[in-house]
Amino acid sequence: MAENLQFAFSGLTVGTVYALVALGFTLIYNASDVINFAQGEFVMLGGMTTVFLAMAGLPLPLAALAAIASTVVVGLALHRLAIEPARTANPIVLIMITIGASIFLRGLAQVVFDKRFHTLPPIFGSEPIRIGGAAILPQSLVVLAGAVVIVVLLWAFVDRTLFGKALIATSANRLAARLVGIDTRQIVGFSFAVSAAIGAAAGILITPITLTSFDVGTLLALKGFAAAMLGGIGSALGAVVGGLLLGLLEAFAAGYLSSQYKDAVAFLVILAVLFAMPQGLFGKTRVERV
Amino acid sequence: MLSVEDLKSCYGRIEALHGVSVEVRAGEIVSLIGANGAGKTTLLRAISGVQAVSAGRIVFEDRPIEALAAHKRVALGIAQVPEGRQLFEPISVEDNLKLGAWTRRDVDFKAELDPVYELFPVLFQRRHAAAGTLSGGQQQMLAIGRALMAGPRLLLLDEPSMGLAPILVEQILGAVQRLKQTGLTVLLVEQNASAALAIADRGYVVETGRVVASGAAAELLADKRVRAAYLGV
Repeated sequence: MAENLQFAFSGLTVGTVYALVALGFTLIYNASDVINFAQGEFVMLGGMTTVFLAMAGLPLPLAALAAIASTVVVGLALHRLAIEPARTANPIVLIMITIGASIFLRGLAQVVFDKRFHTLPPIFGSEPIRIGGAAILPQSLVVLAGAVVIVVLLWAFVDRTLFGKALIATSANRLAARLVGIDTRQIVGFSFAVSAAIGAAAGILITPITLTSFDVGTLLALKGFAAAMLGGIGSALGAVVGGLLLGLLEAFAAGYLSSQYKDAVAFLVILAVLFAMPQGLFGKTRVERV
Repeated sequence: MLSVEDLKSCYGRIEALHGVSVEVRAGEIVSLIGANGAGKTTLLRAISGVQAVSAGRIVFEDRPIEALAAHKRVALGIAQVPEGRQLFEPISVEDNLKLGAWTRRDVDFKAELDPVYELFPVLFQRRHAAAGTLSGGQQQMLAIGRALMAGPRLLLLDEPSMGLAPILVEQILGAVQRLKQTGLTVLLVEQNASAALAIADRGYVVETGRVVASGAAAELLADKRVRAAYLGV
């Protein structure tokens, strides 16, 4: 029992990060049909930039904010310099561009930062909290709380503002969005900026627990992608649920089978989703009335 | 008000418009009629800027617009009701209308919504419903209402009668006539040629990417060739 609770805690913590990465995928996919495989690099940049700014003497909160801001700049640059010039190309080509961008950012991080593992001090110390025989790190609760804040802010923005409605409108019908005068390029750029911010925040939150290095983005992008597929690509709710589910599946597989197979879970999930339910848990089924 | 000169447009390597020239004067209803695939929709898409143009000019109120992005053309006063309505289906009726006014950020929504609800009272009753749950006729009304929210001086209407029962067609085209009385200029594309010419001042007949006939609506209605080809008499 205590064991299961322990697996659940660690699964939810890492699942939260997958959920945030999947949310980043979803935002950009909805605005542009592009799967941005550089999403994992946003997470890496958030963590690494914070680490290096903190080492340079900046107070941690300031370093974190500066890291988010600079990752947003990278996201906007990715859109402006790599995606936008090729916008008439097939989405498959754009997806390849994001893979290239991800390799480029990883290489750049190796040069600008270094190749070592880094960590950040946890906000509320590292004394585990005991619940029902299992232990949970205070930082895990910070990760969960941070994710809740991000999701609520995003939801409020999309549901309560006209700009958010324009985001939904663009994903629901891009032609109609252009015909009512929405500058869809601006919307896509905005989705890159928000995805970058969410990724960076996730990277900062998780670094005290999992450490970070220049190449953590690759696996995170694949896991986040698996989570988005599981939830149903294009669905924000699906991204969150898919992320948490994948985290739990991983933790239990690692606990009951072997931790060596942990990373295989995400790929089994991708295969299972493709075979059994390509539209995922919350994927759209289109209904048209005439 | 709008003049399209020798416009050419392609889908991939296939040219869909082979040099089309159309003129719309302020206050007119001009109908484009022609068979399916003649290029009518392509022409409207090109005027709105969502279809690439390979040659020719589009001049709106003395200003060449063929190089402008689609959203800038909306801001200039050209709104389109696209074929198949193209609503934002998951979004409520009222938010669809508000998004119609996207290019006019400083606008008082209430003052803009009232005339649309007056024109189509059923939209007011269903203002909180998701657009995708409306019936076909209501969807067409919403599509027109959304375009009106942009405050256009020129309204492009693509097949507003498509898939609607005759009584609804009458209602929609009646609304178009009322809009004309408020000073709106309309370019109407229809396969339902007799209905389209009945409310129009002038008309153009489009065939395989070319204008093959044009003139006053009454003349076209009386023209033997047009009657045989498009009116089924």
